[in-house]
Amino acid sequence: MTSDHGTIAHNAVIGWVEPGSSVLELGCGAGDLLARLVKERSVKAQGIEIDDGAVFACIEKGLNVLHEDVDEALHDYGDQTFDYVIFDQSLQRVVRQPDLVLQEALRVSRKVIVGFSNFAHYRARGQILLRGRTPVTRSLPFAWHDTPNLHFLSICDFRDYCDSRGMAIEQSVFFGSKGITRVAPNLTALTAFFLISKFYEACG
Amino acid sequence: MQEANAVTKDGLGLVVTKEFKFAEPPGELPLDCGEKLGPITVAYETYGELNREKSNAILVLHAFSGDAHAAGWHEGDSKPGWWDEMIGPGKAFDTDRYFVICSNVLGGCKGTTGPSSVDRATGKPYGIDFPLVTIPDMVQVQARLVDHLGIGRLLSVAGGSMGGQQVLEWLVSFPERVQSALVIATAAKHSPQQIAFNEVGREAIMSDPNWNNGQYYDGEQPVRGLSIARMVGHITYMSDASMAEKFGRRTGGNGHARPFGRGFEVEDYLHHKGLTFVDRFDANSYLYITRAIDDYDAGKGGTLAAAFKGLEARVFVISFKSDWLYPSYQSADIVRACKKAGVDVSYYDVSSTYGHDAFLLEVEEQSVLITSFLRKVTEEGEGI
Repeated sequence: MTSDHGTIAHNAVIGWVEPGSSVLELGCGAGDLLARLVKERSVKAQGIEIDDGAVFACIEKGLNVLHEDVDEALHDYGDQTFDYVIFDQSLQRVVRQPDLVLQEALRVSRKVIVGFSNFAHYRARGQILLRGRTPVTRSLPFAWHDTPNLHFLSICDFRDYCDSRGMAIEQSVFFGSKGITRVAPNLTALTAFFLISKFYEACG
Repeated sequence: MQEANAVTKDGLGLVVTKEFKFAEPPGELPLDCGEKLGPITVAYETYGELNREKSNAILVLHAFSGDAHAAGWHEGDSKPGWWDEMIGPGKAFDTDRYFVICSNVLGGCKGTTGPSSVDRATGKPYGIDFPLVTIPDMVQVQARLVDHLGIGRLLSVAGGSMGGQQVLEWLVSFPERVQSALVIATAAKHSPQQIAFNEVGREAIMSDPNWNNGQYYDGEQPVRGLSIARMVGHITYMSDASMAEKFGRRTGGNGHARPFGRGFEVEDYLHHKGLTFVDRFDANSYLYITRAIDDYDAGKGGTLAAAFKGLEARVFVISFKSDWLYPSYQSADIVRACKKAGVDVSYYDVSSTYGHDAFLLEVEEQSVLITSFLRKVTEEGEGI
């Protein structure tokens, strides 16, 4: 994902976050999104990140960050400690057990924002179907041997998953090569962002 | 001395240790053990200026063998204070912005009342008649010093190793007086392994015939016992990698092989460190202070999370990956307690091969971390 693309996607995510709320970002990298949330939404921010350099950068930015493994990070938080837990590309890249961690995320926060690369983009499909190669696209720009991605999923996969776990999709936004895309996102979107909550909370 | 003089120009220059006396009978200080102690002298130094609002004070807490002389130079000394690289104009604890305080701990031997001080009742050094002091007792004494300096709330308390234990105790004992805390390379309570090493040190001292039940002040010092204790200490402060890099299997050119020794550089190093320690440390203080750090439990028998409940201070925990004396998991436990208690916390596990010594040696990285943290805390204090 290019930085331009990241900025546009971050704009959408920031729009979903209520001013003054509390946010935990898992796999927060150098803290760019969190720093924007602090500045533009006055959130109480907490980041979790395992990479030395990225944690260091967060601290230089004055962010609260914990140098620890994302998979183990949520157990110690009480129920509903945060308003939002955010995964920006990290669910597919650093979380070893996404199912467990997502359910934990919805225990410690009211809402969860998940951003990931869509594996079912038409270019990816074309590369598998026509060329017989593992797809390399703008949002999945890695060869099989040096990809940071642990899990590959599509927009339909994620919707199915939310259905099966009683998670409600409150908001979603999709980005293609020319910005936001609304038509057939599972085919046209390179990246997707979802705002989810536990189903009963969305209804009640 | 010329080299030293050149350096003094850049740093704090010459500094002096001051004394604060309190707990004059009948107003003795009640201790954890139930006894009372007084009068008490506290040796301390300060660097920088206290601002008008008295909102820029940082209390720095020394490790086991440290003292009040954290930074700057004493007249005639060849080395500056123990954390001089971190404290001074433009440094992490920037004395152009902050008022930095450091004092010697209760039970110590560097100017604050301890077992080598003269007991007014007998006219002789206390020896092992000195009451058993605890980490909370040390912190009570520091709080009295902070009162004396006219400071209500500290911008930060900072310390590594035993100093880190005292930082935790400040958070537990005086949560309302601490705006932020730097908890470095420490543990909320000692593991059996940490206690074990301290016990070897204590046993080395007490089995030296010169120790004489702590009554050695007008005779021979327990040099052998204290230096062996320090040798063990130094092994635990380094790492396998840092020893390999510093000494390898080299034999020292000017080293003296002792019986069964080979004159390996590491042997010479430990003997040298042990013997020089005797000149600057009191064996009874060694016993009292190691006992205090072994006894300490920040959670007071319960969980640390419960002890931290409601804490408003912003906490920054730092550990070092090669530190096996205070392993990173102990810092992670402190972080976990902060998370459970809803405390504002950051944690950084520094990549370093220096072992426990890293907290004094990894200056560059820690400087950036601490500078950023203190800047944030100051901004929040000013409502920015």
